[in-house]
Amino acid sequence: MTITEKILASHAGLDHVEPGQLIETSIDIALGNDITAPLAIKAIKEIGASHLFDRNKIILVADHFIPNKDIPSAMQAKEMRDFARNHQITHFYEGVGIEHALLPEEGLVLPGDVVIGADSHTCTYGALGAFATGVGSTDLAAAMVTGKTWFRVPDSIKLIYYGHRDKWVFGKDLILYTIGDIGVDGALYRAMEFTGEVIEYLPMSDRFSMANMAIEAGAKNGIMAPDEIAKTYVSTKAKRSYEFFKSDHDARYIDIKEYDVGNIGPQVAFPYSPQNTRVISEVGNIPIDQVVIGSCTNGRLEDLRLAAKVLKGKKVHPYVRLIIIPATQGTYRCAMQEGLLDIFLEAGGIIGPPTCGPCLGGHMGVLAKGERAVATTNRNFAGRMGHPESEVYLANPAIAAASAILGRIGSPEEAGCKE
Amino acid sequence: MKIKGKAWKFGDDINTDAIIPGRYLNVSHPKALANHCMEDADPQFIKNMAKGDLIVAGKNFGCGSSREHAPIAIKAAGISCVIAKSFARIFYRNAFNVGLPIFESEEAVEAIQTGDVVEVNWDTGEILNVTNGKIFRSQPIPPFLQEIVKDGGLLKHIAKGKVLT
Repeated sequence: MTITEKILASHAGLDHVEPGQLIETSIDIALGNDITAPLAIKAIKEIGASHLFDRNKIILVADHFIPNKDIPSAMQAKEMRDFARNHQITHFYEGVGIEHALLPEEGLVLPGDVVIGADSHTCTYGALGAFATGVGSTDLAAAMVTGKTWFRVPDSIKLIYYGHRDKWVFGKDLILYTIGDIGVDGALYRAMEFTGEVIEYLPMSDRFSMANMAIEAGAKNGIMAPDEIAKTYVSTKAKRSYEFFKSDHDARYIDIKEYDVGNIGPQVAFPYSPQNTRVISEVGNIPIDQVVIGSCTNGRLEDLRLAAKVLKGKKVHPYVRLIIIPATQGTYRCAMQEGLLDIFLEAGGIIGPPTCGPCLGGHMGVLAKGERAVATTNRNFAGRMGHPESEVYLANPAIAAASAILGRIGSPEEAGCKE
Repeated sequence: MKIKGKAWKFGDDINTDAIIPGRYLNVSHPKALANHCMEDADPQFIKNMAKGDLIVAGKNFGCGSSREHAPIAIKAAGISCVIAKSFARIFYRNAFNVGLPIFESEEAVEAIQTGDVVEVNWDTGEILNVTNGKIFRSQPIPPFLQEIVKDGGLLKHIAKGKVLT
């Protein structure tokens, strides 16, 4: 069996599962946010359920329109806050961080878990060797009440990354390149299993970026077998037991893809699809109005360090707004202690509180008609960051920082970064 | 049971931001969401469509966010069903969970244009393009999912005390 099949089998009380099989599984964590949880709460009230399956296994994070941008969003957040208090939900967070950066940092999602979240980027936790997938509010509501959900066991695609990674190529570039190769429905209904020597040496932050965007290829989940790097990461954070799974040597895959990362340069995904990727050297002259460095994809400390390396001693182009959003308060504090925030401020950047805000065109960086942004986020659909005729270009934090300096999409070398 | 209405055709990879943009997700009332249904794919859609019409689309319909607001907006706008070449998996689950019937058929999508009148039979999965007389087959909705859709979604179905499968 594959790692995905093993985790699902273990939670279904079965010795073996096959792709295509419909199974009912227990869940370790059910997650909702300030957009999706209110609908789930409404559903729970409608059916008159008074008890939740386990107040310790339900996590509610207010992060999308936080700090609240207007009265309706404040009402939604209040609904979730009141519900969390009434049901004494142990893990309710507001303004503390973006869910998919926060949960791993807090050790709330662990290897071997089955996690469902009413947010499509729930697949991020696959980087820890968990089965994690996005669902809608109704499925979340049912899981919050019963502690169970059903799945069709997905086929798995094995993605093997080998070779030498360029110094400006990161997890973000590997996943963008992969999506560019297989398309936005290239892994539809499937598990993406990331493997190979490159993954084995990849820091956790890059692994999170990769698993995070599995949904952008249509995948049910993205996953990596936990190794020493992952084990070290969770060992200091976990407050409950966890289990490491890995695929058998004779595990069956519906497809196997191999990538020589030596052939992969820094990637930029053009509007209006994450699959419209180009290597940075082939981007051409594209002036920009805004840069966003943050989100559940690339708002971690390592991402901020990278941006700071490029921005140190430089100034943001006068026509560009640089918005930097540390993904959690913990990240914010570390960035402050390391002097990264000073570098951003001296460069002319704006530093925001943890929020999904601009990524989904919510607030704190919405684009006007015709404006262009380079963002370290995950989606560049029409209207994603604001006006339907604005444009988002997806890239890694180094490219984003360099572009902020240049006033157009460009590389760290072009922006004068020698290292 | 049969659904009949006028078709509105869309392309491939219609994402949930196109179906209901993130900027409108500060509310979750179905009527409020319906006012912006498909806005970033076709700003005139909600003005031009009529209750009972169908959405016909290419591959990977509903990709992107897990927002259940997307099928809710479509259903509340009065769209009777969606026929697509394929659906993104979260949208697929969400559609049935909120009681929006959906059908997959590449051939039917190829042969239906905006303005065609289309009739869909839930029980057989048969899709008839009334305008040009062509008939296509899709997977019929299994009886237990038909029950969920008829009850108005999974939670209402559970509330009625019915077992799932």
